[in-house]
Amino acid sequence: MNDLLKFIVAAVLTGIPLLYGTVGEVLTEKSGNLNLGVEGMMYMGGALGLGAAFYYEKLAGAAASGPVAVVLAILFSFLAGALGALVFSFLTVTLRANQNVTGLALTIFGTGVGQFLGEYMRVREGTYVAVGNSLKSAFQNSPFPRFLQELPVAGPLLFGYNIFVYLGVAVAVIMALYLSRTRSGLQLRSVGESPATADAAGINVTRYKYLATILGGGISAIGGMVYIMTVAGAVWNHEGLSGEGWLAVALVIFCLWSPLRALWGSALFGGLMILYLRLVLPFFPTQLYKILPYVVTVVVLVAVSMRQKRENQPPASLGNAYFREER
Amino acid sequence: MMCVEQEGAICLKGLTKRFGSVVANDKIDLELGRGEILALLGENGSGKTTLMNMISGIYFPDEGQIFVGGREVTIRSPKDAFDLGIGMIHQHYKLVDVFTAAENIVLGLPEKGKFDKRAIAQKVRQISERYGFDIDPDKKIYDMSVSEKQTVEIVKVLYRGADILILDEPTAVLTPQETDKLFAVLRNMKADGKAIVIITHKLHEVLDISDQVAVLRKGKYIGTVNTAETDAQKLTEMMVGHAVSLNIDRPEARYRDPRLEARHLTVLNKEGVRMLDDVSFLARGGEILGIAGVAGSGQKELLEAIAGLQKGAGSVLYYPPHPNSDLAGQHVPVDRDGEELLGKTPAQIQKIGVSLAFVPEDRLGMGLVAGMDMVDNMMLKTYVQGNGPFVDRKPPKELARRLIDELEIVTPGVSTPVRRLSGGNVQKVLVGREIASSPTVLMTAYPVRGLDINSSYTIYRLLNEQKMKGVAVLLVGEDLDVLLELCDRILVLCGGKVSAIVDARETSKEEVGLYMTHVGGREEEPK
Amino acid sequence: MNEKHTPLLRLAKREAMSSGKRWAIRIAAIALALLAGGIVMALAGNNNPFAAYATILDGALGKKTAVRQTVKNFIPLLGTALAIAPCFKMKFWNIGAEGQITAGAVCATYFALFWAGRLPQVPLLLVMALAGMVGGGLWALVPAFFKARWGTNETLFTLMMNYIIIGFVKWLQGGPWEKQPKGSQQIAQFAENACLPKVAGVYCGWIIVLVLMVLMFLYMKYTKQGYEIAVVGESEATARYAGMNVGRIIMRTMSLSGAVAGLVGFLLVSGANNTLYDGVAGGVGFTAITVAWLAQLNPFGMAAISAMLAVLEKGADTLQTRMGVPVAISDVITGILLFFMLGCEFFIQYRVIVRGHEEKEAAK
Repeated sequence: MNDLLKFIVAAVLTGIPLLYGTVGEVLTEKSGNLNLGVEGMMYMGGALGLGAAFYYEKLAGAAASGPVAVVLAILFSFLAGALGALVFSFLTVTLRANQNVTGLALTIFGTGVGQFLGEYMRVREGTYVAVGNSLKSAFQNSPFPRFLQELPVAGPLLFGYNIFVYLGVAVAVIMALYLSRTRSGLQLRSVGESPATADAAGINVTRYKYLATILGGGISAIGGMVYIMTVAGAVWNHEGLSGEGWLAVALVIFCLWSPLRALWGSALFGGLMILYLRLVLPFFPTQLYKILPYVVTVVVLVAVSMRQKRENQPPASLGNAYFREER
Repeated sequence: MMCVEQEGAICLKGLTKRFGSVVANDKIDLELGRGEILALLGENGSGKTTLMNMISGIYFPDEGQIFVGGREVTIRSPKDAFDLGIGMIHQHYKLVDVFTAAENIVLGLPEKGKFDKRAIAQKVRQISERYGFDIDPDKKIYDMSVSEKQTVEIVKVLYRGADILILDEPTAVLTPQETDKLFAVLRNMKADGKAIVIITHKLHEVLDISDQVAVLRKGKYIGTVNTAETDAQKLTEMMVGHAVSLNIDRPEARYRDPRLEARHLTVLNKEGVRMLDDVSFLARGGEILGIAGVAGSGQKELLEAIAGLQKGAGSVLYYPPHPNSDLAGQHVPVDRDGEELLGKTPAQIQKIGVSLAFVPEDRLGMGLVAGMDMVDNMMLKTYVQGNGPFVDRKPPKELARRLIDELEIVTPGVSTPVRRLSGGNVQKVLVGREIASSPTVLMTAYPVRGLDINSSYTIYRLLNEQKMKGVAVLLVGEDLDVLLELCDRILVLCGGKVSAIVDARETSKEEVGLYMTHVGGREEEPK
Repeated sequence: MNEKHTPLLRLAKREAMSSGKRWAIRIAAIALALLAGGIVMALAGNNNPFAAYATILDGALGKKTAVRQTVKNFIPLLGTALAIAPCFKMKFWNIGAEGQITAGAVCATYFALFWAGRLPQVPLLLVMALAGMVGGGLWALVPAFFKARWGTNETLFTLMMNYIIIGFVKWLQGGPWEKQPKGSQQIAQFAENACLPKVAGVYCGWIIVLVLMVLMFLYMKYTKQGYEIAVVGESEATARYAGMNVGRIIMRTMSLSGAVAGLVGFLLVSGANNTLYDGVAGGVGFTAITVAWLAQLNPFGMAAISAMLAVLEKGADTLQTRMGVPVAISDVITGILLFFMLGCEFFIQYRVIVRGHEEKEAAK
């Protein structure tokens, strides 16, 4: 029982960077933009988020406050992703470039920028870039009082996580409500389903595509920062970050473009990623556990295409550019 | 023109729109007051839809002015149009399939915040009652019939408080009953003070519903007349420019042997709706069999089922040409007692020696490859011929040159993408290629749609030549005048059923029209 | 026309532009991108951008050994871009080249590890090449089958396939194929006879990809299959109408594409690395997609763009050793270059009409 509890907690913590990456990409894809630059944006977010916390600590010294560092890290990682997504939007929406190719270019650019910054900081500081223990605890410890965390079962299961878990859940829930319950969410979905219809209804397709993609890119990039600051232990680790973005894209498919399903989906993917530490099966080599998220995603993708249920399909115009005069 | 005094009316002055070198609208003037219905009449391709797209903000005019309520306005986007109270009901419905009716209706409204489904449903019901619609706000669009979708479109526009409504060919896909219902609604709106433009090319509807008729011809404004002071004859003259005595030849072929027989052919579409229902007929070589019907009565499915592009139940049998006819000997002999075509792919049909030519309705999206040049398009069906892995572009190049000469195709050269050619030339390329395959069956769908008079006559001539050779020609058409003069027999489809097969020399336009709307011409309500 | 009623900027599709003008726009875009990259380098380390570019050029092409390394970078890029071209021509968005390379590399490696003792060099290499092609082809066939049969989204499917095979290689590295003594998480270096011979100082893969370039050009332009691919890419409805079996064409083309990518995988393990590891493709599969697209799927254009990126990649290494600029700068500049080149196509396709300048534009 205790082992299971520990496993669930670890799974949630491992999955949380994916939740940001996924929820951001869901928003982007709901506007019909398939931004394959998530990997790049998460790299940029990771490097800039870490850099923001690190230089803040360096400047403020002993007076550095944990919450301020967290806010700064979120802000800078968001900006990094938003900037990448802005470039993507400008190229695909305004200049009508192919979305697949532009997304891959963004991934190349973003991983380059992330690694460049990470390496640059290391060279410049002459040491590895990491924040001090007091700041680290602001990123990695639970924001709740001790007695809540020490409750049996409910304590670790509900109150033991770091701040980003609660924030991530909030973002996912707000996103779900926004998409299903507001006019603006309805309009955004219409842009992704049928931009011609949205345009004819007087919706500014370009603005929705830009805003959703930029906001989504920013949220995705926060995931990169969360990975670096929590899972990777607040040091730059480009090896570890590698592949997170693609896993987030997989999770978007797995959760069928629903932020709420991404909540348990990210925990499931997190669980699959660390399962090899907990569950050793004699007939199944532990190294192969890491491909399980991709395998289940492929299964979901195939199953959905075979069942053809209208509500579960990708946004109908996903990946296609929209030009009013060319209809 | 006045264009100034009236409140809530729309007025156009010198509106012009060009697409590349084509002038789609040339200096159009138009005027419409409140509580009036204006019919915008013109043949296909006369520029009606382009004009209305400029008013509704989809295209931006190259020249000219638009006045609404006496004020000059700029309409840059559909939103600008809404703000001016202009609502357009497009021919192709602009609805999001996975949304409900209510969600589609409120889509794009500037109201802020949470959307209250109950309040919306309430308002939708109010509008429905006021004008006499029937609508379920919570039904998903993908579960709806065509006429339900149209209702959603109209309610959508009214919900926004539009007082200038533009309907683009609203009756093209409706049954007569649905059309009557729609017209009743339009009259209610008119009584309510709305200004309505209805785009159509059906004369009886124009005379039935409108107060004024404005006529366009080839992108030019011809004039506006009061409906009460005109009749079908005069309108037709305005529309086509000369009295409609088409003078199309109808020669008699020597052999009229059975060629293609459909027996109890039934085709379902993706949603499981019966598009063709127990269709049986016999098409003969040496005759043109016209296929008439309201748009969407199963014409497309019929041709595609024969061509091997649609699955279906029943049977389609092919009989080879008569041994004495001109066509005999050119073709691999197939089973004299009839060769089953249904269930075979186009490649298999070709393989058993049946030369089937098919000029589909969607020329650039199906019959031709829009981005390729004439040479590459010529070899679309023949590229596999010859040994080895390489294509031989010599024969198609010769064919392309020959067609340019024979059919007077206007093109910069054989290597210009066919997309850049004008509609008439595109059709000549397509028909020319299909005829060059020396077919025994030639199927064409709307072969003269969007073509000028000269190109149209070229096509009629080509069809007649094929018929005289002993080819069985199937001609799906929309212009009854043409069908009556060109065809030998006319098969009338109604709701996927064979309503009647009549002798084109004996029948009248009225009779065919009746069969189009009532299976077997019965006056009682069809189900 | 009344000026205040016209939008400030409008777009109009251009009629065909002369090819000289097209290339002028593209070269201008590349120049602008390099300028932007120079600014980045200047900001990053107070480096003189001209000196930095000079270092890149010198580092990539200055010495014989440098040129060899540049060519080594060039081989997989061009090879993979050629692999992707037919799929993209068909508008089948295969972004799984990364995985297809890896799958090919795995199959080739199998023979390198376990058959090297039994076969002499030439037959062994042929078997490895064949195995690579079969491996890559089959790996690509899986998503193609589901696309043809159920319309499963190929972009997402091929993407997932990449990480499945890469994870599989990780397992091989740490498991059954790990070299002795265990614990290194590495696969042994290939035996001499499983390595591609060198020609002019670089493994002979460069000859193979150049031959492939010509073959692919001929295939796409002059063969029946190339014609079918072009028709399916333009319109599936037309392809069906013409009697083509669209599903079969999709599967065949994807297999071909995967086979070429698999061949690149073979070149990488046998020629470049002489072993297999999980990063064997190392992002080439993705970069090559941008290469193929920017070259408008023209094989010779792909060679030019691949060469440019290869120079950049090698030059960045030198930049790091000489000027202390992190090597990732090459990805940054590559990214900027791709952005500018993607963006410039817009100005080839469309012209922007500024309010009040209609007449001038129309007169052109």
